[in-house]
Amino acid sequence: MTWDVIIIGGGHAGCEAAAASARVGARTLLLTHRIETLGEMSCNPAIGGLGKGHLVREIDALDGVMGRMADAAGIQFRMLNRSKGAAVRGPRSQIDRRLYREAMQAELAATPNLSVLAAEVVDVTLQNGRICGVVTAVGETLSAGRVVLTTGTFLKGVIHQGERRIPAGRLGDAPAVGLSDRLYASGLAMGRLKTGTPARLDGATIAWDRLEMQDADAEPIPFSFLTPAITNRQVQCGITHTTAETHRIIAERLGESAVYGGRISGRGPRYCPSIEDKVVRFQDKTSHQIFLEPEGLDDDTVYPNGVSTSVSTETQDLFLRTIPGLESVRVRQHGYAIEYDYVDPRELYPSLEVKRLPGLYLAGQINGTTGYEEAAAQGLVAGLNAARAASGADPVLFARDEAYIGVLIDDLVTKGVTEPYRMFTSRAEFRLTLRADNADQRLTARGAELGVVGSARARVFAVRAAELAAARETALSLTLTPAAAARAGLPVKADGQRRNVFDLLAYPSIGFEDLARLWPQIAGWTAPVREQIEIEAAYAGYLARQAADVAAFRKDEDLRLPVQLDYAAIGGLSNEVREKLAAVRPLTLGQASRIEGVTPGALTALLAHVRRRAA
Amino acid sequence: MTDTIFATATATATGRAAVAVVRISGPDAARTVRVLTGSLPPPRRAVLRRLRGSDGTEIDDALVLRFVGPNSYTGEDSAEFHIHGGAAVQAALLGALAHLGLRLAEPGEFTRRAFENGKLDLAQAEGVADLIDAETEAQRRQALDQLGGRLSGLQARWGEALTEALALLEAAVDFPDEELPADVSARARPVITHLIAELEAGVAASDRGARVREGFRIALMGPPNAGKSTLLNALAGREAAIVTATPGTTRDIIEVPLVLAGYKVIVADTAGLRDTTDEIEAEGVRRALAWSENADLRVWLADGTDSRATFEGAIADDIRLVTKRDLADGPAHLEGAQFTARSPNDLAWLEQTLTERVVTALAGAELPAATRLRHREHLTEATDLLRRALAQDDHLELAAEDVRLAARALSRITGRIDPEAVLGRIFATFCIGK
Repeated sequence: MTWDVIIIGGGHAGCEAAAASARVGARTLLLTHRIETLGEMSCNPAIGGLGKGHLVREIDALDGVMGRMADAAGIQFRMLNRSKGAAVRGPRSQIDRRLYREAMQAELAATPNLSVLAAEVVDVTLQNGRICGVVTAVGETLSAGRVVLTTGTFLKGVIHQGERRIPAGRLGDAPAVGLSDRLYASGLAMGRLKTGTPARLDGATIAWDRLEMQDADAEPIPFSFLTPAITNRQVQCGITHTTAETHRIIAERLGESAVYGGRISGRGPRYCPSIEDKVVRFQDKTSHQIFLEPEGLDDDTVYPNGVSTSVSTETQDLFLRTIPGLESVRVRQHGYAIEYDYVDPRELYPSLEVKRLPGLYLAGQINGTTGYEEAAAQGLVAGLNAARAASGADPVLFARDEAYIGVLIDDLVTKGVTEPYRMFTSRAEFRLTLRADNADQRLTARGAELGVVGSARARVFAVRAAELAAARETALSLTLTPAAAARAGLPVKADGQRRNVFDLLAYPSIGFEDLARLWPQIAGWTAPVREQIEIEAAYAGYLARQAADVAAFRKDEDLRLPVQLDYAAIGGLSNEVREKLAAVRPLTLGQASRIEGVTPGALTALLAHVRRRAA
Repeated sequence: MTDTIFATATATATGRAAVAVVRISGPDAARTVRVLTGSLPPPRRAVLRRLRGSDGTEIDDALVLRFVGPNSYTGEDSAEFHIHGGAAVQAALLGALAHLGLRLAEPGEFTRRAFENGKLDLAQAEGVADLIDAETEAQRRQALDQLGGRLSGLQARWGEALTEALALLEAAVDFPDEELPADVSARARPVITHLIAELEAGVAASDRGARVREGFRIALMGPPNAGKSTLLNALAGREAAIVTATPGTTRDIIEVPLVLAGYKVIVADTAGLRDTTDEIEAEGVRRALAWSENADLRVWLADGTDSRATFEGAIADDIRLVTKRDLADGPAHLEGAQFTARSPNDLAWLEQTLTERVVTALAGAELPAATRLRHREHLTEATDLLRRALAQDDHLELAAEDVRLAARALSRITGRIDPEAVLGRIFATFCIGK
């Protein structure tokens, strides 16, 4: 049997890639070691956060699966930065691992055009330098013109726990060695990264009554634009802290740690340091916060977020018991560090296709990222593009002004990574425009055009978009003179200027209720519509400026560069710039401008050359 | 949506060429020519016109040359104004263009427009790449020069302050669940406040452009009868001040314009500084002090024939002359150059010394007018944005946005502030670990 697209790996990138490819209409096959681990959350039991929650909303706006699955499995929803501005609010939830897995497996099983098969892939097959299929461990060859590789930490994965080294992709799962060898053999630039995970604790052995507890939001806000309400029971997380004794034990036994013992060379993320790193790098800090996160409603396993470690199991037991509330804790599974191969993402086009291996797409940790949401976002883009390519359609790019997905991929393929890449809102220069609340307005219509958004979502969106458009029109048309405002008790300057609903809402002292009393026709706006109008009013001046910046950004972004450009043949470029351009092969003049060391003059020469070619 | 841009096409190192050519290009070119010249001259013919700003003030008599797109260098409607090379005239025209809503061109922007409209061939295009980079770098250097060599390290310091302020604000935005100090975003305030003060000093320094136009001010200082008027007369080569042997003769300020190394210089003889009961003389002393405070350079004179003479009031940068060398050796306690205005050699030496000081002080102001204008705009814009950031108490994300925009406005000076550097600062400062 021949497939249009084969996805290798059933993690967050793989599931999203498979679902996207199938939605576009490609005959899609998902291959995973074990079907029962599809949708597994290998690290912390949570989805979302600042930047990450934005990604989930965008995936959802493109009809991806992660948001809906998280809504089905979420057990402690919290809108982060609830008290701050809309642009920096990030939805987050603790997730019931089992519910998530089950929801994902049911979702994929019910997805048209998608088959799922348990198989270990050991190699890809090539014809004339193009991918044409995969080879399984039992020697079977499966044909497909497009293959999406989402191997997570499995590529030559090695687990470190004290002195122990265990080749594994995840505790209990064998690593992928053959695929890694194939990628190296193809001449791809690759490297090693590491990440870590803490021990999993038996919740029944934790003294919860002595801990500070954190509640879910009273009114949980779903991830998905399609989820009407969250129905799961919501639970609490515990908060505790490491102690001086914890730090003493770790400092004393630092040599056991894979990193400090010198057994790991791969770089870990700066923002998610192991407890060993925290103790060494922040010696003046005598205590570090730990969140005790429940892993499920019917599962009393607890994930202690903040103490990932690679010291020996004995030392883990020892230091954990110095933490208030954990004095008699029993460990169900010990923490470890894992080191794995990644491919320099500059080897990829923004479609996530490997430049040197046409037909092969990479998504997730293999590209040097960390996090479920980052993985899923790439999975969606890779699956979408693989499926489009199978039908002869052009690749799709998301730009930095459209989506965090665009920021993520542009950063990866343009700048590469030096540590596992995680999304933060501060990476997005158009942050006020790229909000979690308007992801659907930014992406759903485009997704429908691309065929990746199904008709059900398209209908829901069309209704909401129409409501919103009508509300905007109303908001612009309803105006007040300062005198009329004063009669209504609204404090505006007596300058003779008529003010509309947006203008009035921009005053901190004027609320929606004040205006709804004045104009009953806006009292009937739905809550989401009202929220949008309020946000647009609050950000009005900034959004206008950002729109102008976007227009300037677009000028370079819309200037496409040919994929096969002979940089050696372009005069006026220094050798250094030539090498940098040739390494990245930017697809737009804008992308070229973001490559470090590419000068304005070089851009002009590049542009001139391209114009000349086009002429 | 294309806007209309302008720039001086004849930017020279000194900005003092005899003729300056200012170019404009874009859809508003014809309208702009009409506003400035009062009529629309025929295309491709050089005509002499008097340029006036939109408020009617005269700018200069200029040779005006108009092109209609696509038959122009850029392929757009465009025009050239050939004006006199003086800095003041250039600044007036550029200011008028900015006032009319035109935008100062980015380095290489004319050329880039020419490419985009298919007006340049490949060979020409490749040649200008180096030119554009050189121009970009030159502008950065000029901007720094303008802020004064003594402020070296400024670039790094401003970049540092912006990174620091952004790190503190972004930490509070991106890591709400972390154990950050409660006042983390408030810690950005003093950083921003300090930066605003530095930028304002930068704006003031960029006023040195005005010194080129108005003249570099040298005050002759010292007690009565120290020889200030004699020196002034010698420098001026004419009797500008009344020289008598009676102390306190010079009661008002006498300004003498000179030209040193091509720069306009104003030397002023001030009233002799001494306590006096004569009301008119006291007023003279007061004015002398005011003038000297405003001066760019002070030359102190002490009477070499007076054993009690001092340089009281002089500071490190001032020039000190022990006068009347021809009459006395001067008291041993006076540290200064032995001098007499009667010696042509001494006068030549002093002129040389003054010239060096003038050139050093004004070198940074010798920028092409366009660079000065742009640079000032950026400093002012950044200052305004940082002020607004300080006012955003309840809106952290808007404060961060303002600082980010300020960083962009200053990026020609500081280089781009990479979000990666901001994140690096956050992770180095705070233990972020959830």
